[in-house]
Amino acid sequence: MAMTWKLLKQLRPPPYTATASTSLHRPRFLNFQNATRLFSDQPPLPPPSGEPPPIPPPQNSHSPSPSSLNQAELAKFAAIAGTWWDSEGPFKPLHAMNPTRLAFIRSTLCRHFRRDPLSARPFEGLKFIDVGCGGGILSEPLARMGASVTGVDAVEKNIKIARLHADLDPVTSSIEYHCTTAEKLVDEQRSFDAVFALEVIEHVANPAEFCKSLSALTVPDGATVISTINRSMRAYATAIIAAEYLLHWLPKGTHQWSSFLTPEELVLILERASISVQEMAGFAYNPLTGRWSISDDVSVNFIAYGTKTETATL
Amino acid sequence: MNSLIRRKLVENAYRLKLSHKGFCTGAAAKVSSSNGAQPSNDHVGQQKSSNKSEPHDIAIVGGGMVGMALACSLARMPMTKHLKVAIIDSNPALSNGLSIKKEDPPDARVSTVTPATISLFKDIGAWKYVEQHRHAYFDQMQVWDYTGLGYTRYDARDVHKEYLGCVVENKVLHSSLLSCMQDTDFQKTIYPSRLSSMALNPGILSMGMNSTSSGLNERGNLAKLDLSDGNSLYAKLVVGADGSKSRVRELAGFKTTGWKYSQNAIICTVEHHAENRCAWQRFLPTGPIALLPIGDNFSNIVWTMNPEEATDRKSMVEDDFVKAVNSALDYGFGPHPKSSNFGSGGIFSWFKTDTTICANECFKVPPKVMKLASERMVFPLSLMHANNYVSKHVVLIGDAAHTVHPLAGQGVNLGFGDAFSLSRIISEGIAVGTDISEVNLLKKYEAERKTANVTMMAILDGFQRAYSVDFGPLNVLRAAAFHGAQYIPPLKRSIISYASGDQRLPIFS
Ligand SMILES: Cc1cc2nc3c(=O)[nH]c(=O)nc-3n(C[C@H](O)[C@H](O)[C@H](O)COP(=O)(O)OP(=O)(O)OC[C@H]3O[C@@H](n4cnc5c(N)ncnc54)[C@H](O)[C@@H]3O)c2cc1C
Ligand SMILES: C[S@@+](CC[C@H](N)C(=O)[O-])C[C@H]1O[C@@H](n2cnc3c(N)ncnc32)[C@H](O)[C@@H]1O
Repeated sequence: MAMTWKLLKQLRPPPYTATASTSLHRPRFLNFQNATRLFSDQPPLPPPSGEPPPIPPPQNSHSPSPSSLNQAELAKFAAIAGTWWDSEGPFKPLHAMNPTRLAFIRSTLCRHFRRDPLSARPFEGLKFIDVGCGGGILSEPLARMGASVTGVDAVEKNIKIARLHADLDPVTSSIEYHCTTAEKLVDEQRSFDAVFALEVIEHVANPAEFCKSLSALTVPDGATVISTINRSMRAYATAIIAAEYLLHWLPKGTHQWSSFLTPEELVLILERASISVQEMAGFAYNPLTGRWSISDDVSVNFIAYGTKTETATL
Repeated sequence: MNSLIRRKLVENAYRLKLSHKGFCTGAAAKVSSSNGAQPSNDHVGQQKSSNKSEPHDIAIVGGGMVGMALACSLARMPMTKHLKVAIIDSNPALSNGLSIKKEDPPDARVSTVTPATISLFKDIGAWKYVEQHRHAYFDQMQVWDYTGLGYTRYDARDVHKEYLGCVVENKVLHSSLLSCMQDTDFQKTIYPSRLSSMALNPGILSMGMNSTSSGLNERGNLAKLDLSDGNSLYAKLVVGADGSKSRVRELAGFKTTGWKYSQNAIICTVEHHAENRCAWQRFLPTGPIALLPIGDNFSNIVWTMNPEEATDRKSMVEDDFVKAVNSALDYGFGPHPKSSNFGSGGIFSWFKTDTTICANECFKVPPKVMKLASERMVFPLSLMHANNYVSKHVVLIGDAAHTVHPLAGQGVNLGFGDAFSLSRIISEGIAVGTDISEVNLLKKYEAERKTANVTMMAILDGFQRAYSVDFGPLNVLRAAAFHGAQYIPPLKRSIISYASGDQRLPIFS
């Protein structure tokens, strides 16, 4: 039966066999670890070199559109911008999560816009904006699903990568990419049928103001979709997370946890921005398959879809 | 916090059901060139080049049974029916719409399709065409052994099914799929040619930005296929459905694992006096012989033996061959097994047997063969498995990914399983806006099918080794295995279920 064995060996090697029992004992922990390792494979953070000069987080309440930029965060993304489309690179978790979050978007927005859920391009004719689009991991599928997509990001390098990659496929080459911020687009009085900010809010300077900008970009009765990491994860912070995430990723002294939101807080600040959350879901990570699935456990990563209730008064 | 509205989300709430409504009928396939073999076809050049410049979403290389099953399935699913698909095959049946008649003589090449395959064929609307031609459902299966020690009978009723499978000639399956695809308004182009070379341009950004941006053009994310008639085409995804000697597999550099057995199989169709409704298999000292009903008064024979014997039996006069077949299926090599051999003590007394044997489970002698109804074909037994099924832009299905010997008639069922799995995964990918050439998407297909295929191949390999050699002690074990299978219903049930394609084998559970 040597041949049989040879054949059987061709099945995927079960990488988790050795540790399967441990991982099953601590599923939460693994969830957490994987969720927080969104960018953990990055090379050691280069010291934020003078370019661009770090400006202090702006708290200028007098300005009509306070900046959402958090320079320390942006420097991290600029440093690894070349790896956006390497599905085994630092952004692997975003790639892995993508089908799952798009399934949520498809099902909620087909209902919202009364589109045929069996259509290959259900969002045909709708204007979407992807705020903090990075390399375009979300923008491209949205374009393939028929939407007219605008992607914006505060990091110029990201926009360049996004442009190059989208041009590889005629279906995605119609995406408009700009290096700008949500608040600048508000100033330009742009508006969209649906506004997306996935895995961005935890990196911005002022989440509440940021949500107001997102709301201002949404047409009345439009949709807003936001996803982020749950702050309550802090409860699970262990040595590994502290080392790999807190110390590695975030320069010491950043009060980063405080910009992570709980689902309740997100609902609240969205409500203050005239967005009423209709549905919320969590993402569960299965360490055995390496796949994400939608669950009602919002304790780790979560995604919310809301509708613009009235014209926001900013 | 009560302001939190949390609704339970059912994943895949938007079930990707097949839509059976509104198919345009009679939309004939676009044929890129009416006589592809001729080099001087400038008169169709206009039409051809318009086809050519437009890149295809999917190029299916090989329009055999498995390639056509994929095309049909894509044509029928709401998420994929808009795809632009090219089918490359020089088989004239594809472009001319081969017409087969019910009264045509039977072919030697048949397939036993499992209930799982049948229901997939029904889903895509191809089974009704099969039913218009010769086919044979069978609800019984008898497996026994020349030593007279053991036998087992399987009955569809044991697994609460109407039938265990259906035997259909390959040409019937192929033309049914073709008719089924012709029923849709699927945007397909048939290239009556063969793939000669292929250029895969990996997206320059896939490995990061280190590669230069100069190589960027609008074809950057496409594979280029060159055909033997000088045509070429571009596609996002190339599906290798080009059989066991797959050119796609070779050009994409997939490695294979495989081995030959020192055995050959003779395949032919024979005629009886009356209709056969049972699938028969007897293990002989030289290897198994199987007699499968194929409808009307015909049966198909797959007889395994050593290569010299096979050559002899292929060339011997028809009467002698028929005699040899009848002997092999009856008293040749040894006595009929008697159910009373076991059950009461003896070396098998440790089997706690449930001895309620119903009448129809008693040993039966297969119907006599009257004469040959087709040529005799001989081919070597081998197993081949591609170590990978996917890479960026390329995916293998059917015999291109795995070839099994026809012992269990599973070859094409595995291929159909591949075709339907791939079309479903492409459909799920499109639903969430995924690029269909994305390796991560294709890997899902590979993971799903490798398990199923390798499991089946391991079983066939095990069968082959256990049943092809005549070792004294092994016969006893073999008899015990039959005995066990006959009397331990759960085991027997799972064997039937697995062979009929609706269950993962319990060894992995
Ligand atoms: C003699 C014989 C008897 C068999 N008997 C049985 C049986 O009883 N039961 C059973 O289940 N299985 C049997 N099999 C196996 C079964 O036929 C295969 O599993 C099945 O045909 C696989 O289908 P496929 O579409 O993957 O490949 P094929 O049927 O091999 O189709 C491949 C197609 O690709 C085309 N092609 C090849 N190269 C190129 C190229 N370079 N460019 C374009 N097109 C190309 C060919 O023209 C062909 O149409 C038998 C096989 C053989 C050889
Ligand atoms: C984790 S990535 C998410 C990328 C993308 N939304 C996705 O989910 O695939 C966060 C992105 O937000 C961008 N970003 C951070 N702060 C921003 C801001 N204030 N305005 C616009 N983009 C910002 C970063 O440059 C980075 O590309």
